[in-house]
Amino acid sequence: MRRFALFTSAATMALTASVASAQDSITVGWAAWDPANALVELSQDFTEQTGIEVEFVFIPWPNFTAEVFNELNAGGDTFDVLIGDSQWIGAGAELGHYVQLNDFFDANGISMDDFLPATVYSYSTWPKGEPNYWALPAMGDALAWTYRRDWFERFGDEFEAEYGYPLDVPETWDQLKDIGEFFQGREIDGQTVYGMAINTERGSEGITMGVTAAMYAWGMEYDNPDNPYEMEGYFNAENVVEALEFYRELYECCTPPGWADAYMQENLDAYTSGQVAMQMNWYAFFPGISRHPDVGPVTGFFSNPGQEVDAATLGGQGMSVVGYSDNQDEALQYLAWFAQPEVQQRWWDLGGYSVHNDVLFSDEFLDSAVYAQGFLDSMQIVQDFWQEPAYADLMLAMQEHIHNYVVAGEGTAQEALDATIQEWQEIFEDEGIL
Amino acid sequence: MVRRVRGLSDRAIAWIFVTPTILLLLAINIYPLVWTVYLSFTNYRANRPNREIEWVGTRNYERILSDEGVWENLQRTAHFVTFTMLFQVLLGFGLALLLHKRFKGHGLWTTLILLPMMLSPAVVGMYWKYLFDPQIGIFNYLINGIWDFGTFSMTSEVALAPWAIIIVDTWMWTPYIMLLCLAGLRSVPDYLYEAAEIDRASTWRKFWNITLPMVLPFLMLAVMFRAIENFKMFDLVFELTSGGPGNTTRLASIDLKELAFDRWQTGRSSALAIILFVTVFGAMNVFVKLMNRVKAR
Repeated sequence: MRRFALFTSAATMALTASVASAQDSITVGWAAWDPANALVELSQDFTEQTGIEVEFVFIPWPNFTAEVFNELNAGGDTFDVLIGDSQWIGAGAELGHYVQLNDFFDANGISMDDFLPATVYSYSTWPKGEPNYWALPAMGDALAWTYRRDWFERFGDEFEAEYGYPLDVPETWDQLKDIGEFFQGREIDGQTVYGMAINTERGSEGITMGVTAAMYAWGMEYDNPDNPYEMEGYFNAENVVEALEFYRELYECCTPPGWADAYMQENLDAYTSGQVAMQMNWYAFFPGISRHPDVGPVTGFFSNPGQEVDAATLGGQGMSVVGYSDNQDEALQYLAWFAQPEVQQRWWDLGGYSVHNDVLFSDEFLDSAVYAQGFLDSMQIVQDFWQEPAYADLMLAMQEHIHNYVVAGEGTAQEALDATIQEWQEIFEDEGIL
Repeated sequence: MVRRVRGLSDRAIAWIFVTPTILLLLAINIYPLVWTVYLSFTNYRANRPNREIEWVGTRNYERILSDEGVWENLQRTAHFVTFTMLFQVLLGFGLALLLHKRFKGHGLWTTLILLPMMLSPAVVGMYWKYLFDPQIGIFNYLINGIWDFGTFSMTSEVALAPWAIIIVDTWMWTPYIMLLCLAGLRSVPDYLYEAAEIDRASTWRKFWNITLPMVLPFLMLAVMFRAIENFKMFDLVFELTSGGPGNTTRLASIDLKELAFDRWQTGRSSALAIILFVTVFGAMNVFVKLMNRVKAR
C-alpha cells in the first residue's frame, strides 16, 4: 500500500511538472525571413533568464497576413506574442486581437519616449497618434536600395560622359532612372544585366509598397490632413499622378524581362545573382546581403531617393500580446525583457532592427554597419499606408488598380488613382466611416 | 422468419446503411450551401465575428452583377474553358486514335503521356513558371530556336499570359481526355468495322459513322468533367501567374478567393459563389440533356 502511495505521488509530481513546463512556454508568430533567425538566437537569453521556453511559428510572407488573420478571426490561441505588420494595428486594436499595453508599460517602467517617435506612432498607437499602445516597437524597417558599388566604380567615366554628372548614389528618382537606363541590357563580364529590381507583385502588398516609395517622394498625401478621409484632390493630385507615371516608366525601362510579379524575394534573388545593378528592398535583408559571399563585399546601400521631398515607405512590425492567449503573463514578461536597452542592443548586433533610442543614438551605432546611417535617416522620414481595420481591403484595392496600370498598361495613371479612391470610398462607406 | 428474429425490416436496414451518408452529405454539402445562400443576403464579414449581421437583401447580388470587373473575369474564365476544351479534345482524341493501334513500346508511351495528369496542379504551375522564365526557361529557348522572337515572357505579357495558362492546362489534362476516348475506342465492337469493310467504306466514312458516334458519349463525359473543373480552376493558374499581369488571367475562382479570404467580404463573396454555382449547374444541366440525347441515338 505504501509502495502504491509513493508511486501515485511520484506520478502526480511528474504530471504536475509536465503541466508546469507546458505552461512555461510561449509561441511567437512572425514572418519567415532573415531577422527571424536573429530573434530565435536572441530569445535563448530570455529562456535562460526566466525558464520560459519560446517556440516560434514563422509564416512565409505571401501568406503571412491571411494565415495570421485566419487564426485571430477565429479567436485562436496559436500565438501568444505576435510580431505583426504596422498596418494591422487598427484591426488588432479594434477587433480585440491585441491586448492594450498602457497599464503594463506603466507598471514595468517601459516608456515609449525611449523609442524613435515615428516608429511608436506607426507600430504602437491606435487611434493614430493617441497614447493608446497596442504593441512595442520591435523591428524598424523601411524600403531602401542596394547597388553594385563595383559596377558604379567601373563604369563611372562612361556614365559621366553620357549623362554629364558623376555616377554615384542617386539623390533623386530622376537620377535613379538615369542609372537604371545606363545599366539596362549592358554586358558585364559576359552576362547581360539590367537596371533595377523593383516591386511589382500583385497578390499581397508588393507593388503598393514600391510605388508609394515614389509617391511619398513626390509629396503624396492619402487624404486631407484637415479633413480625414477626403481623398479627392490629394491621393489623385498632379504630383501623385506624376509619381505613378514615373514608376511605370521605371518598370518599362529598367527591370529584367518578365518582371511582372516581383517582391522582396525576387528582388533579392535578382540582385544576389548579379542580374541587376540596383534593387529596392527592406532594410531587414541588408545584413544578409552585406554577408553574402558574392555580392556582399561589392554592395553599397542608400536610402530612398527624394524628389519633391525626402520620404521612405515604412516597413517593420510591432510586438503585441494576443488577446486570446492563455499565456498572457508569460507573453508580457517576454515584452518586458525585449524592451530592455541591453537586449535591444543585442537585437541590433544580431541583425534585428532595434528602434530604441539608446541603440540608435549610441556612439558606436553609425560605425556598426554600413547601412546604419541610412537606416537612421530613413526611420525619421517614414510614411505608412492606411492602418484602418479594413486595411487589407484598402490594400488589395490599390494593388489591383496600380498593378493594372503599371504592369498591364491599362488606362492612365489618373484613372488608376481615381478608381482606387472610388473603391476606398466604398470601403469606408461600408465601414461606416464615411 | 429471419427478419422477425433480428427484429429489423429490410427497409430499416437500408435506412441504417444510408443514414450516415445522408447525415454526412447534409453536414458537409447541404448545410454549407444553405448557409452560403443565407450569408449572400447579409453584410457578414468573417473578420468581424462580433459585428451584428445585417440583412441587406439583394444588394450583394446587384453589386456583383453591375461590377464590370466580375463580368470581365467571367469572360476570361469562359475563354479559358473554351480553348482548353477545344485543344484538349482535339489532342486527346488524336492521341487516343494513335494509341489505339498496337505498336512497339505502346505501354511505355501510354504511361509517359499519362504522367502530367498525375501531378499536383500547384506543382505543375510552379514547374511551368520556371519553364516559361524569359531568362532561364527552356520554353523560350526552344521557341527562339525555331523562330527568333527575342526576349518575351509568356507569363508577364498581357497578350501571352492567357495562352500560357491554356498551354499548361492542356499539357496537364489532355491525357485525361485521351484516356476516356481510349476507353471509348476499345468499346467499339470489331464487327462494325468488319461490316464497314465488306461495304467497302472509306477510312473517313468508318471514322464518321462508327468511331465518332461510339466515342462521343465518352468524349462528352470527359468534356463535362473537365469543363466543370476548369470553370473552378484555381491552383494551377494561381501558382503560374497569380491572375496577372494586371487581371489578364484572373479567373472567377481567383476573384472569389480574394474577395472571401483576403478582403474578408464574406457576404459579397457568398453571393459571387452562388452566382458561379448556378452558372455551372445550369450549364451542366443543359450539357447532360445534350449528352443523353446523343446516347439515345
